[in-house]
Amino acid sequence: MAFGWLPGALGDIAHGAATTILLIAVTTLAGTLLSILGAAGRRNGPAPLRHAIAWYVEVMRNTPFLVQLFFIFFGLPSLGIRLDPILAAMLAMTLNMAAYTIEIVGAGLDAVPHGQTEAALALGLRPRQVFVKIVLPQALKVIYPALTSQIVIMMLESAVVSQIAVRELTYEADMLQARTFRSFETYFVVTLVYLGLSMALRRLLVTGGRRALGAGVS
Amino acid sequence: MIEFTLWDIVRNLLLATRWTVLLSLAAFVGGALVGMAVLFFRISKNNWSRRLASGYIALFQGTPLLMQLFLMFFGLPMLGLRIEPWTAAVLGLTFFASAYLAEIWRSGVDALPLGQWDAGASLGLHYLQELRLIILPQAFSITRAPTVGFLVQLIKSTALTSIIGFEELVRTSNAINNATFEPFKVYGLVALIFFLMCFPLTQYARRLERRGPGR
Repeated sequence: MAFGWLPGALGDIAHGAATTILLIAVTTLAGTLLSILGAAGRRNGPAPLRHAIAWYVEVMRNTPFLVQLFFIFFGLPSLGIRLDPILAAMLAMTLNMAAYTIEIVGAGLDAVPHGQTEAALALGLRPRQVFVKIVLPQALKVIYPALTSQIVIMMLESAVVSQIAVRELTYEADMLQARTFRSFETYFVVTLVYLGLSMALRRLLVTGGRRALGAGVS
Repeated sequence: MIEFTLWDIVRNLLLATRWTVLLSLAAFVGGALVGMAVLFFRISKNNWSRRLASGYIALFQGTPLLMQLFLMFFGLPMLGLRIEPWTAAVLGLTFFASAYLAEIWRSGVDALPLGQWDAGASLGLHYLQELRLIILPQAFSITRAPTVGFLVQLIKSTALTSIIGFEELVRTSNAINNATFEPFKVYGLVALIFFLMCFPLTQYARRLERRGPGR
């Protein structure tokens, strides 16, 4: 075990960690938004849309993320869609996360009593207002803990996008160990960085959620 | 240049699927055995062994599986063990699975009413007998759905072992793709094969969940 290389590598590690954080931030926002649309469409949309969303969820949940990533990055160019590695990674992560969070958000929507919708309609709110202002906030509050876990899982899963040369934390680790020949030590340090990131992310989401959504979030 | 027909691609992928299946089974069995040991620590009456098991679980659930595989692959040779990708893959996935399975089963143990322990004790059973005859059978029975759900996750996770060089479905598909330049078809087929393995299990887990605990 030797860690003499570490001081010189801190910059690269920090840079990689920043990219990982960027990836998960974009994925969280886009994925949550997409899953709200998906969950609403799966409940209230026309039948073909409902079936399409149901199949989308099944396909994404029953295939490995790595294969989805390769399909998007290597497969889509043959359809004429060529994406930057980082864009491909964001797209793959968002699509993957949405498949899981559609189910989560849907469960939250189901948990809001129907009387809430009726009461809001009786007060003269339009259906869209009812969804955005009454049903959705209550649903998000219920599902927030599950959403938090899913975001952390996605952050850990993002290590895989190093395989299409996105310069995130794992990619930087690969480069470092090729330079220092200290494979175990490099991955050991980077694993600790991931551990710190996932603990910090969870802490941040829990405190942020408590502030934004009120009590009841642990 | 060798021409690959669709059948050639499918045949090679199916041959590689054997290794994905075998690795999943080995990791599930290994993970169940180690997971049992972790579970014993996790529900022990001793504070320190509980804390140790919680730390173990938090460590594996808080770091990427890919890093765990790398640490196995590069770490074991430092201890003087010669290691093949297969060994690193099985060991890495075994420890990964053990942490998740222990946590799933622990939730089952916690869900049982305390009266079950008291009843066991009042029948004169000692701790291990209580676990073996009363607590664990019920805990396993009510956590059957999440256990099957985790098996699906494990099967999907075997894809990562391609990165440390284990010759399973995804690694074979990379090789085929490099020869045929048909990524859309090759990765589409790989996704289909994974789907055919995982979807029945997902449906089974869902049926178990709907049927409720017990029977």
